[in-house]
Amino acid sequence: MAEELRLVLKNFGKINPLKVEDYLSAGGYKSLEKARSMNPLEVVEVMKKSGLRGRGGAGFNTGQKWFFAHNIQADEKFVVCNADEGEPGTYKDRIIMENDPHIVLEGMAICGHAIGATQGYIYCRGEYPGVVDTLNTAIAQAKEKGLLGDFNIEVRMGAGAYVCGEETALIESIEGNRGEPRFRPPYPPVAGLWQKPTIVNNVETFANVAQIIEKGAEWFAGIGAKSFPGTKVLTLTGDINKKIFIEVPTDTTIKEVVFGFGGGIPDGKKFKAVQIGGTSGGFIPEEFIETTIDFDSMRKIEATLGSGAVFVIDETRDIVDVVTRIAKFFEHESCGKCAPCREGTMRVHLLMDRINDGKGSQADVALLKKLSRVMASACLCGLGQAAPTPVVTTINHFGMDYHAKVQ
Amino acid sequence: MAEFKEIIMPFKNTPGGIIQAFHAVQKKINYLPENAIIDAAEVFGIPVKEAYGVATFYSYFSIKPRGKYIIRICESAPCHVAGAAEIIASLERELGIKIGETTGDGKFTMELTECVGQCQATPVITINGKPYAGVTPQQVAEILAEYE
Repeated sequence: MAEELRLVLKNFGKINPLKVEDYLSAGGYKSLEKARSMNPLEVVEVMKKSGLRGRGGAGFNTGQKWFFAHNIQADEKFVVCNADEGEPGTYKDRIIMENDPHIVLEGMAICGHAIGATQGYIYCRGEYPGVVDTLNTAIAQAKEKGLLGDFNIEVRMGAGAYVCGEETALIESIEGNRGEPRFRPPYPPVAGLWQKPTIVNNVETFANVAQIIEKGAEWFAGIGAKSFPGTKVLTLTGDINKKIFIEVPTDTTIKEVVFGFGGGIPDGKKFKAVQIGGTSGGFIPEEFIETTIDFDSMRKIEATLGSGAVFVIDETRDIVDVVTRIAKFFEHESCGKCAPCREGTMRVHLLMDRINDGKGSQADVALLKKLSRVMASACLCGLGQAAPTPVVTTINHFGMDYHAKVQ
Repeated sequence: MAEFKEIIMPFKNTPGGIIQAFHAVQKKINYLPENAIIDAAEVFGIPVKEAYGVATFYSYFSIKPRGKYIIRICESAPCHVAGAAEIIASLERELGIKIGETTGDGKFTMELTECVGQCQATPVITINGKPYAGVTPQQVAEILAEYE
């Protein structure tokens, strides 16, 4: 069986997160020192070559993103850490920040050096007040020891809005506005926070940075899947024996995750489906579980790696009911800025409700598929574009379940 | 109301600080009264409608009075399949109120929430931010007793 590979979580359980001395004796802040002895462009190049891609869901090459911001002349630039972990079934960023806050701060400071920013923000979701305290303690200790140099980090607490995980909505929220996504372009590396070049990366992405600077791009590029190297922290929920978090190389298969690490399905029941990447991810039937979890392999089966949430449902579950619940989620979390999402998520929920109550028809199912296509291409941000994915994938893979419920 | 200004003023020079100011107000009284929103608009130099827009956008902010303890029940998919509906029923029975309501003594308010990121055991509820994971209907009374 495949084994865990704890890189991002290397200090988990080994250090006291509230003592910077512990992080230092585990080799902490050496990478920042090394990065600062390098030319900023060199740091960007190392990141690019490592092949690290964003761990928040979009999977964009981190070094490439940094390169855009590095290249722009501006009087001020910003580094923002997206800790608005709102994907249902996901708590990996909380685990990282709770247990090793400095690994995130160090990654952010390295980014600051690479792009020429001296101010960083961590946007932490309002559901994690304890994490906000841990981060503030860590920042104060790092400052006191002069470890961050001229780089400042401020923690901002979100207030319960799923859409703020979208980077431009997050930026709006830091600016004190309603968290509504912006039209793009321009993208944040060009014009982000207060219209200045801004790098927004996920907590897990920043947590990968120090080790890449320490051990080199080649080392990192050699781990896991070629096109999406490194590890991924996954959180296992639903009908699974072990509701745990794990960190595995990206060439691990879904089967190894669910049946190996997760210990399979409880009570001798059979596997029905797994939804990976959060609530906007596709539902994956048994025939695809030999797929590896890396971004591109998941894309090929019309699924996502996303945030790394792994939500398993067994054969006894009513998948139409689960998807109806998810449809309600998106109706609630749609920010309302663009009509295709505001109206679309409401209509998807209405149609799903009708089908779930046994009052729907085949025409409703067909309408859902059509509506999904419209939303995927017409919605302003990822929330609306991906919202119909659970609906479409379950219609495609579990059409019989819908058929059984319609008149 | 001078009391709200006092809470809001320290954030005046924080760029985008209105959300932090609202958090601070709610820490004191668990909701955002109209006067607090008007005061915030004045302190941050923005129209009242904009301050109101911010206050009503985020689910953690409430413009209606709430109880001393806010119970949030997660109804995201992992909690949904783990029996969140039974926890809601049990809480409603114990407290004699429905989702969105506050007990007569002003002690508890029940709200639905989406995932709070404590999915290591489901279903999950939080009371004033403190998470309880893997809650059973039988445990509900016991948990509420902590807040007597």
